Amino acid sequence: MLDQPAILASAEDKTDDVVLDVSGASCRFDVSAPALSRLFSKEPRRILRAVENVSFSVKRGTTFSIVGESGCGKSTLARMVVGLQHPTEGVLSFRDIRRADGRLGPPRVQMIFQDPYASLNPRWRVGDIVAEPIRELKLRPDKASTTERVGDLLEIVGLSRSDAARYPHAFSGGQRQRISIARALATEADFLVCDEPTSALDVSVQAQVLNLMVRLQRELGLTYLFISHNLSVVRHMSDQLAIMYLGRFVEAGPAETVFADPKHPYTRLLLDTIPDVERPNRARRPMSGEVPSPIAPPPGCSFHPRCGMAMDRCRVDPPELRPHGGVAVSCHLPGAAAA
Amino acid sequence: MTASVAAPLLSVRDLRIVFDGRHGPLTALDGVSFDIAPGEILGVVGESGAGKSLTGTAVIGLLDPPGRIAGGEILLEGRRIDNLPAEEMRRLRGRRIGAIFQDPLTSLHPLLTVGDQLVETITTHLPVGKAEARRRALALLKEVGIPAAETRIDQYPHQFSGGMRQRVVIALALCAEPALIIADEPTTALDVSIQAQITTLLKRLCREHGTAIMLVTHDMGVIAETADRVAVMYAGRIVEIGPVEEVVRRPHHPYTAGLMASIPSVHARHARLNQIDGAMPRLNAIPPGCAFNPRCGRALPLCRDEKPGLPPSAHAAACHVPLKELAHA
Repeated sequence: MLDQPAILASAEDKTDDVVLDVSGASCRFDVSAPALSRLFSKEPRRILRAVENVSFSVKRGTTFSIVGESGCGKSTLARMVVGLQHPTEGVLSFRDIRRADGRLGPPRVQMIFQDPYASLNPRWRVGDIVAEPIRELKLRPDKASTTERVGDLLEIVGLSRSDAARYPHAFSGGQRQRISIARALATEADFLVCDEPTSALDVSVQAQVLNLMVRLQRELGLTYLFISHNLSVVRHMSDQLAIMYLGRFVEAGPAETVFADPKHPYTRLLLDTIPDVERPNRARRPMSGEVPSPIAPPPGCSFHPRCGMAMDRCRVDPPELRPHGGVAVSCHLPGAAAA
Repeated sequence: MTASVAAPLLSVRDLRIVFDGRHGPLTALDGVSFDIAPGEILGVVGESGAGKSLTGTAVIGLLDPPGRIAGGEILLEGRRIDNLPAEEMRRLRGRRIGAIFQDPLTSLHPLLTVGDQLVETITTHLPVGKAEARRRALALLKEVGIPAAETRIDQYPHQFSGGMRQRVVIALALCAEPALIIADEPTTALDVSIQAQITTLLKRLCREHGTAIMLVTHDMGVIAETADRVAVMYAGRIVEIGPVEEVVRRPHHPYTAGLMASIPSVHARHARLNQIDGAMPRLNAIPPGCAFNPRCGRALPLCRDEKPGLPPSAHAAACHVPLKELAHA
């Protein structure tokens, strides 16, 4: 993907296994009307700021999660990491790692998509779906060893070798997601970007897929970038997490710290509003308002119109992401919401 | 709270729905019985294919062929409605039973303003003129929490956000002051923060108007926070029914217990989630005896031979070996 400066690669040992480094990444889309229409209507250009100045790093063998509501930019960020979208500003770089075969090189990155009904070709047999990356990347010398590898992969994800001969329609949602995971692993991937991998699944199936992902991470040393809107799933999976709102990180840090003591009022409200089976019929405080448009974000802190503690300063001065009690928060009154 | 005390508003007795297919009839719903009291919120929860939406569809009389009601009866306010002629059912629908579906954009007509749709619904069901209907429409939009309702009433559905559209759909369902609303996954398409707004709104309306709600969803969390009672469905049957707190805290059926344990917690991180191995059986391969027995850790030989019935108690589980003897009863 991005070329690696030699300096970064040699610094590998010192920065305890950071595999992905994102610094100041932004992604903006020009959503203006066509130039000629704009000339007549005298409309200004309209820029959608999907991701604004986001920085983070992911350590090898850990899970970094990004949480947020629809339209907050989490999927755009995932697409930038896999290279499907170029950042308008900033740099995303993968460090060279010592791969499973002993060679030093950048990690192989694969993506797992949300909808297992749309991400598998219905006209291909499962065996071909999983074998395609092996053939394309020439990871096995001949047909027999490719078939062998496909069978192994299907067993790793909890399917049987004979499933290779069947078509995707014969599988349930959870089994299809297992096939997606097998296909991603077929490239000998080290880094998986999972965009809502379980939100199309039923809870009992979700538990099966999440358990599989945790087991694979432990056994194969995988690194996950996990995108989700479901806070309880994120809590289960993450080592580090970032909460996104309107394209920016509002809070980021170790998952346990963020969940134990949320510092940003948005994180606080998200945790307050999610339905909770452990506290039936509790009176909850629904968050008022909706996420504003990323084309015309509010001035100052973008969360201020929905924030119960907003002061005059919040309406004009956008807060920066600053360290506060073990996490990074972008708020003028960090931690005040907990009171 | 329990339906057995007050006269039930809706009573479903031994409902059986069959789909006639090329390879013979498939039983999608088998022996489903439940009551809903006036003003009560009954949650119906289950995984995809359990038959929860089908139950709702049958109650509002929108079951499409090849599906058909093959047995049992549905009574609304003591009157049988499952065998009504189509025209009579159409008048009842909207008037006595309202409906809210998952996707608010497909439930609204894209070419009519929100106000026109509300006015049409009101004048269809109630003996009022256009001006009065518009006045009511405006009041409804205000009631469901749409800001600047005076301007919003003349806008089209595409000008509303997802949460606001769902509020409009709720206003439409409330137009004729129905006694019962069937809400099928009303919050599934919405973000968590909007979800909370909609469930709070439903709960408030239910209390203020005395409307009963049959809330169909796959999300146990939404049920736990909204419903008074809950019915858990598995493979076309109700496996457990009872007051929501009891079912959530002390499930009797091993399936309910497994379902609860497979939900990741926001309060603590566990190394591994409890999983129920396998998947729900397909309609053409429902095992004999208890449909859950191949996935159940407690199955006895009896479970493979005999279908367990649902006892008539307030908190009941259709299980030969329930997790706890019904000690509280």
